[in-house]
Amino acid sequence: MKSIQVQCGYLPLVDSAPLIIAKELKFAAQEGLDLTLQKQPSWSALRDRLAFGHIDFAHMLSPMPIAMSLGLGGLSNRIDALMVMSVNGTVIGVSSELNQKMSGAGWENTFDNPKATSKALLAVSDRPLRIGVPFPFSMHRMLLETWLTQDPVFSPDRIEIVTVPPPQMAQAVTEGALDVFCVGEPWGSVALQHSDASLILPGSSIWEFAPEKVLGVRHEWAEENPTACRAMIRALYKAARWLNLPENTPLAVEILARSQHLDLPDHAIDPALTGRIATRSGHDAKPTAGFLNFHDKAANFPWRSQASWISDVISRWHGLDRDASRKIARACFRSDLYREALAPLGVNLPGASEKVEGAMATSVAVASTMGQMILGPDRFFSGATFDFEGEE
Amino acid sequence: MQTDLKILVVEDDPQKARDIIDALTDGGWTNLSVIGSAGALERTITTQDPDIILIDLANPDRDTLEHLGLVSNARNRPVAMFVDRTDDAMTQAAISAGVSAYVVNGLMKDRIKPVLETAIARFGMFAKMQSELDAAKQALTDRKTIDRAKGLLIRARNISEDEAYNLLRKTAMDQGRKVIDVATALVTAAELLQ
Repeated sequence: MKSIQVQCGYLPLVDSAPLIIAKELKFAAQEGLDLTLQKQPSWSALRDRLAFGHIDFAHMLSPMPIAMSLGLGGLSNRIDALMVMSVNGTVIGVSSELNQKMSGAGWENTFDNPKATSKALLAVSDRPLRIGVPFPFSMHRMLLETWLTQDPVFSPDRIEIVTVPPPQMAQAVTEGALDVFCVGEPWGSVALQHSDASLILPGSSIWEFAPEKVLGVRHEWAEENPTACRAMIRALYKAARWLNLPENTPLAVEILARSQHLDLPDHAIDPALTGRIATRSGHDAKPTAGFLNFHDKAANFPWRSQASWISDVISRWHGLDRDASRKIARACFRSDLYREALAPLGVNLPGASEKVEGAMATSVAVASTMGQMILGPDRFFSGATFDFEGEE
Repeated sequence: MQTDLKILVVEDDPQKARDIIDALTDGGWTNLSVIGSAGALERTITTQDPDIILIDLANPDRDTLEHLGLVSNARNRPVAMFVDRTDDAMTQAAISAGVSAYVVNGLMKDRIKPVLETAIARFGMFAKMQSELDAAKQALTDRKTIDRAKGLLIRARNISEDEAYNLLRKTAMDQGRKVIDVATALVTAAELLQ
């Protein structure tokens, strides 16, 4: 059988690992795909090339397909998310000046307490906090706002969100251009090595099950190339399952570090994959539960309710009609294609394509295609829950 | 007639920046400025108030520029990537050439097109030159490594240069690898053993 040539764009982040593993360990080849990975210099460039068909698939920030389908930000096009490639994996850090002020006011960095941390952060800042994120349509920005807006003393003029390319984050902190930043690994750990910054929270402490990256594809292309889409979903599913096994972690670090796709040293890849994060340069790394999840608890399933959650945030930002946007967004998260693709593998899948986001405080058994499966936890730090089905 | 358009070029390679400026000047635009990095982007947009910003498609600072258009509404200067949906071919050509244009304050389409066309022609030339240059550099580096590997073999086995090359080639064929990969492995191993 002749293999299908496909091009996939990605940014060299640790969470592009499923793509690299799918290629290097031949999961893609087994599915009949001749997969070429194309490194992209920015999210904008990746978006443009996907919109115009220079690449077939893309490793995307989870809000990007929805923003593009809603016609926001430069090149728009109907983009679908075929699956979630990773859940969580971001870190929030502060400049050393801010860290000193916060510690001086009695705050202790336990790396797991959003409420105490926002209180300390907002108490010591006497000017708007400049906060760096990698892209306007990113889960990073959504998590930051979800976190800070909950604080009783928060007001919009307390913060200013700016976009800084992740490799420049450390320098911006050192130069005093940023007070706070939120990035995906390895750039949080790299920022510590190159500046006096400290990490104050993992993204997972704000939302325990935040869809971080998705596999994006043009809607029309997906309609015309169902075989390639199904094969790609299966290849990435197998790669994610492989990555999820703890005994494979050392080998995964080796493969990713050796791979020309990532061009990062072992010590930059290791913290995210092992979930052991140091909060300051030279400090001991602490285990952080659920730091970056490639596969566990149906992590790859594109929940329509996740799309609704993202859509509501974008609607608020841009003053869009909530229900109309939600309808478009839900259609982007292709749980239907995901189910179709995995059916031949006999994979246990959730019974519903919708869940109440934030409702699972612990792991819970839910109905699935093969009886039962374990999901959760997926709490928000504030205890908020989002039942989108109930509202409609 | 075109002199009233203010064009800002974001480009950190001075030679490339000069070439773009020359091309635009030849096209009749004279109100031009260049900045090297996007660190100063926000300030420059505020102080210079350009109508069009031209930036390399591959420049990582593009994400920062996008943000200015989407989030910083307070500054009252909407910055948007220029996309002409009635003329997809031009946007496609821009992406292939590696240039993107951002429009400030929603400028008229027919005034932007000639600027972008000039930029596309110039950037397209860079892209071609760059890939040729990269290929030439790589070939030169590869040849140096292969020469060093041959030298090692000549000394170690007391054979001729031709025999050394044939040995490298045969080993590469037997192992299904490229000659350069075998040569690199040999040179690296020799360095470690020294």
